[in-house]
Amino acid sequence: MSDRTSARGTRGGAIGTHAVLVMGAIAMIGPFVWQILTAFKSQPETTSVPPSLLPREWLWSNFADVFTSLPFGRQLVNSLVVAGTVTVGQLVFCALGAYAFARLEFRGRELLFALFLSVLMVPKQLLVLPQYQIMSALDLLNSLPALILPGAFSAFGTFLLRQFFATIPKDFEEAAVLDGAGPFRIFFSVMLPLVKPALAALAVITVMHSWNDLLWPLVVNTAPTSMPISAGLTSLQGQEWTNYPVLMAGALMASIPMLLAYLVLQRRFVQGIALSGTKG
Amino acid sequence: MTQLAARPAARQEATPAPKRLRRRHRSAYLFIAPVGIGLLVFYLYPALSTFVLSFTEWGPFGGNTVNGLANYVGVFQLETFWTTLGNTLLYMVIGLLTLPFAILFAVLLNREGLRGVTVYRALYFIPFITLPVASGLVWKWLYNGDFGLINQFLGVFGIPGTYWVANPATAVFAIGAVQVWSQIGYYLVIFIAGIKAVPKEYWEAAELDGAGAWQRFWHVTLPMLTPTIFFCTIINVIATLQIFDLVYVMSATATANPAFSASQSIVSLFYQKAFVEADKGTATALAFLLMILIAALTFAQFRLQRRWVHYV
Repeated sequence: MSDRTSARGTRGGAIGTHAVLVMGAIAMIGPFVWQILTAFKSQPETTSVPPSLLPREWLWSNFADVFTSLPFGRQLVNSLVVAGTVTVGQLVFCALGAYAFARLEFRGRELLFALFLSVLMVPKQLLVLPQYQIMSALDLLNSLPALILPGAFSAFGTFLLRQFFATIPKDFEEAAVLDGAGPFRIFFSVMLPLVKPALAALAVITVMHSWNDLLWPLVVNTAPTSMPISAGLTSLQGQEWTNYPVLMAGALMASIPMLLAYLVLQRRFVQGIALSGTKG
Repeated sequence: MTQLAARPAARQEATPAPKRLRRRHRSAYLFIAPVGIGLLVFYLYPALSTFVLSFTEWGPFGGNTVNGLANYVGVFQLETFWTTLGNTLLYMVIGLLTLPFAILFAVLLNREGLRGVTVYRALYFIPFITLPVASGLVWKWLYNGDFGLINQFLGVFGIPGTYWVANPATAVFAIGAVQVWSQIGYYLVIFIAGIKAVPKEYWEAAELDGAGAWQRFWHVTLPMLTPTIFFCTIINVIATLQIFDLVYVMSATATANPAFSASQSIVSLFYQKAFVEADKGTATALAFLLMILIAALTFAQFRLQRRWVHYV
C-alpha cells in the first residue's frame, strides 16, 4: 500500500517539479530567444505595436551593420588573443610558483606565501589607477600587452594550484629523485601531468574572466581597434543607440564564442567552476 | 573558495615528508620568480601606491602633496557617495536573492529519478557564462519602456509598465534582477554539490519519523546546507559590492538618464572620478573605503556564522 501511494506521490510530485523547473528554464533562456529573434528583425518591425513574435523577414543585414559600425572582427580577435595569452601565461607562471610553494623547502616560504595571499584580498578597483600609470609609463596604452600583462599573473591561480600540488602523494616524486632528477624535471615530467584537472579548471575560469572583463579594457584601451569585444560592445551601444536589432546582433556574436566553448566542454566548465569558486 | 580548496592541503600535511626531500632548494626562487615579480609589479606595488596616494593631492601636471585625510573627508561630503553607497548595499541585498532561487532549483533537481537533470542544469548555467555586457544589452531591450517585451506582456493584462532602467524608483531593482538571473546557474552548481554531500540516511531517518517533503527540507536539507550557504553568502556579497558591468551598460544612455545617479554603484562612481573627472585623490580614497566595506562585511559574517551555520 505504502508503495503505491509513494509511487503516485512521486509521479504527481514529478509533474509539479517539472512545472517549476520549466518555468525557471523559460526565465533563464527566454531573454536569449528574444535576443535572437530581434537580431533578425528590421528596426521598424521592433517598434511596431503590437510586436511581432517571429521576424516577418529574416534579415542578416543587422549582423553586417555591426561590422560597419565597429572594427568588430578585430575586437573579436583581440579578445581571443588576450584570453588565450592570459590563460597560457597564468597556467605556466602560477603552476611554477604553486609547485615551489607546495613542494620545495626554501627560506622565506611562509612569508612569501602570506604575501601572495594578501594580494587575494585586494579588490581590483584598488589596483586600476596605478596599473594604468604603469601601462602609460611603459607606453603600452591602446595595445594588447596592456590587456594581457596584469592578467597573466594571478595570486588566485597560484593558490588554487598549490592546493592541488599539495594533495599529490610524495611517493611520485621520490622515485624521480632516486633517479637523480632535479626539481625542474620532476615538475615537468612528474607533477604537471598529475594536476591536469586543476589546470583545466584554472584555464576555464581564466578564459571566462578575461573574456568578460570590462573595467580594465575601458581604462587602458580606448582606441576602437585595440578594444576587446566587451568594451567594443559598449561602444556599439553609443553608436547604434536605439537600433536594437543591430545591438542584439552584436551582443549575440560577442557571446557565441564562450557559448560554443561551453557546449563543447560542458563538464569541464561546471567542474572548473565548482572546484575553484569565482574569481574576484 | 578558501574553504573548499583548503581541505586537500590539510590531508597532505599529515604525512611527514621523507628526509631526502627536506633539503633546501635554491631553485625554488626560480620557480617563484615569474609569478612573484608579476604580482609585485602589477598588484602589490599598485595596492600600496593607492594606499599612499589616497592621502595625497594629485597635481594637474603630476606631482603630489600630502593632504592627510582630506580625500576621505571629501568623499564623505560627496552627496553621490552616499547615494552610490545606498545603491550598492541595495544591490547586495537584491543579489542575495540568488541563493534561495539556486537552493530551490538544486533541491528540485536532486529529486530521485527526475528526467532531464543535465538538460536543466546546462540551460540554467547559460546566463552565467554569457558576456555580462551582452546580457545587460539584452535585458535593457526587454526593459525598454516603449517596445520592451516586459511592458508588452504586462500590457496584455492591462498592467501599465514603466521605463524600468530610466525610472529612479525601479532602476536598481531592474539591474539587480539581471545580476540575480546571471548568477543563479553558478550557485546552483555549488548547491547541487552541497546536497549530494548530505548522507542519504538523514533523509531516510526523517522519512521513517513521518516527516513530509517540506519538513525534510526544513529540518534536514537546509541545516545540512548551512556551511555551503555561508560560503555562497560570503562570495556573493563580495561580488555584488563590486558590481559595475551591468550598471555601466544598462544605465548609460545617449541622453541623460533620469535614473543615472539613482542606479550608480560605488565602483561606477570610482570609474567616473578616476577616469572621467580625473579626480584621482577622491577615486583612491573611494577604492580604499570600498575595500574596508568589503572586509568589514566579510568579517561580520564570519563572526555571525556561529549563530546559524551547522558544522557536522
